[in-house]
Amino acid sequence: MKTNSISIDGQQITFREGQTIIQAALEAGIYIPYLCYHPDFEAHGSCKVCTVRVNGSHCSACTTFASDGQVVDNHCEDLNSSRRAITQMLFVEGNHLCPSCEKSGDCELQALGYYLKLFGSHFPHLFPHREVDATHPHILLDRDRCIFCELCVRASREVDQKNVFAISGRGIDSELVVNSPSGTLLDSGLDVNDKAAHVCPVGAILIKNQAFQVPIGQRKYDKNRIDDADLIEVKHDHIDS
Amino acid sequence: MSTEQQSASNPEQLRRVVIDPVTRVEGHGKVTLLLDEDNHVKQARLHIVEFRGFERFIQGRPYWELPLLVQRLCGICPVSHHLAAGKAIDQLVGVDQLTPSADKLRRLLHFGQVLQSHALHFYYLASPDLLFGFDSAMSKRNILGLLEDYPDLALQGIKLRKFGQEVIRMVTGKRIHGSGAIPGGMNKSLTVEERDYLLKDVDDAINWSQAGVKLASDIHLADAAFNNTFASIESGFMSLVGSGGELELYHGGLRGTDRAGNSVFDHFDYRHYHDIIHEEVKPWTYMKFPFFVPLGMDDGWYRVGPLARINLCDVITTPAAEQARFAFKNQAGHEAGAAVQSSLAFHWARMIEILHCAESIKTLLHDPDLLGNDLVVTGEKQLEGIGVIEAPRGTLFHHYEINEDDIVVKANLIVSTTSNNQAMNESVRQVAARYLDGQQLTEGLLNYIEVAIRAYDPCLSCATHALGKMPLQVELLDADGQLLHRLVKNSQGEVRE
Ligand code: SF4
Repeated sequence: MKTNSISIDGQQITFREGQTIIQAALEAGIYIPYLCYHPDFEAHGSCKVCTVRVNGSHCSACTTFASDGQVVDNHCEDLNSSRRAITQMLFVEGNHLCPSCEKSGDCELQALGYYLKLFGSHFPHLFPHREVDATHPHILLDRDRCIFCELCVRASREVDQKNVFAISGRGIDSELVVNSPSGTLLDSGLDVNDKAAHVCPVGAILIKNQAFQVPIGQRKYDKNRIDDADLIEVKHDHIDS
Repeated sequence: MSTEQQSASNPEQLRRVVIDPVTRVEGHGKVTLLLDEDNHVKQARLHIVEFRGFERFIQGRPYWELPLLVQRLCGICPVSHHLAAGKAIDQLVGVDQLTPSADKLRRLLHFGQVLQSHALHFYYLASPDLLFGFDSAMSKRNILGLLEDYPDLALQGIKLRKFGQEVIRMVTGKRIHGSGAIPGGMNKSLTVEERDYLLKDVDDAINWSQAGVKLASDIHLADAAFNNTFASIESGFMSLVGSGGELELYHGGLRGTDRAGNSVFDHFDYRHYHDIIHEEVKPWTYMKFPFFVPLGMDDGWYRVGPLARINLCDVITTPAAEQARFAFKNQAGHEAGAAVQSSLAFHWARMIEILHCAESIKTLLHDPDLLGNDLVVTGEKQLEGIGVIEAPRGTLFHHYEINEDDIVVKANLIVSTTSNNQAMNESVRQVAARYLDGQQLTEGLLNYIEVAIRAYDPCLSCATHALGKMPLQVELLDADGQLLHRLVKNSQGEVRE
């Protein structure tokens, strides 16, 4: 008999037809760590942080549909250890100076680091040379902190209908580029009210002149761990819609 | 240093050895003593590597990051850099005058910082030596030794520092590296609970500070003849002063005197500091040598910090500290009104400032503006900003230029220790000239050099060790530049050739 239920770490939850594992889990109040997933956008499956074990095989929870009777492992040491390594790689592949970063406390990468008990970078820092684009009067693009989640790319394309951002290059040489004649934000058509200007989960795309208006200590992840904070948000989204 | 390294079979356990550049420098203070043909100490050179690359580090960043970014430039007084950068950035956003609430919150923060920094220096780093003597057993030379013999005093020092740190925490939300100053103001005020929390200890803090002033002056006067001549040099002084010539730590005009006490400039608008201060570069060190332009390189060097401030101000606005200043300036055997030149008097002056901070904190805490919510002013963007404050160790300059896109293109910082650079060299030379016997360095001389350097409370990593444990390397060179002798002391206080 069809029950529309799966088990995650031994807990039975129900799902609605067409939901992915991560959607069902978050709705049921179970946190699966992620970075490139966003409830407003089609799943991307690129960051691999949400990797879970489904009936013994590794899958991205954001791209795998829930189906009856799945047995999902989520919080176990080996998966969290891989998630930790992925997060550490993201830190060393960019230039993340959290102490002076205005996103600190509101940043998903940093909050995930805390959640995964990431206390060191483990891998050698690559210190890449990446350009800051400050040409836009209201928006700053700091590529040093980009984690290639492509949320801005998706937001610009799908919501703003503008296609301002793209990822160019491959692997370690990937770079967030701007589709404009000058290659900078100045003539890109990006508007301060665009979704793409606000969707960045880290401190790569920022609205200018707002830094530190909210004191350190009173920010989103200062108050709640990422598993709590995001669940609260998802629930609100769900209730609102 | 070693770090965890990955391997297939044992993913988290292998170790990788990395040479950490910080360990390589190792925070050793390095001093070279140069002899002349007659084997007299001609010059002392304190080699400092700490302040390289500040400016490069900041360039290319958006200006609003500066108050947080610069806190990391120096782990010793982050709040001072935070506030100096904050003041410079006010100018970048075209703000000359903060709201009363923002101004007073910043002042409160600054008083907390100066108080805790001075308490750390006096009680933890300096007083064990001052109380037990420079040659006392190493085991006594830290706050634990102090706790044993002077339990009340040491506890007061610990509590005083804690109080300063709590002021910082209440204003910025964190004990170290909080936010606070933002362009044109502050990002939070105090709640009634936060204010009351600080109020409950403020009278104690004043009493402890008063005891501290007494202790510092007793120590100094107990052997005034020695203390007034040890590492004593004749120098000019510089500090901010308020519009009425009063002691001012947060904002004012620059006052500078020559070594005879004559005015070189007064109430000078620090935004034009380039007209009166230039920095000389010398081939043997990365640290620059600032000097007063009107006096030239040779005569224009000066001292900053507590001694300069207490010497230069005409009055202190809080009563107990003013009394203490009066006693300091009129101490027996000292020409009334003249500048006190003794380097060891820095300690006494520092304690007078602690008292001033504690009294000022109390006054501010009773001011309802601290609870106000009118915190930010906006203005027209400017491309240049200069912020100056009196940091615990002396006048601190932050100077930034930005481009139209808000990115820092140029930065110049003059930290207090740089201003005291020449004076520290001179003090070390004086000590070496007095105590060097023949061509052999001795452990005693190393200790004296350390005491001379430490009087300035320099923001050097070597100076953050307890007294007697400053990692120090001293080299003695003859007139031809040949090495005659070298002694090295590590951070355990052990001395080797
Ligand atoms: S973007 Fe996030 S992780 Fe990166 S520096 Fe800023 S706070 Fe840290």
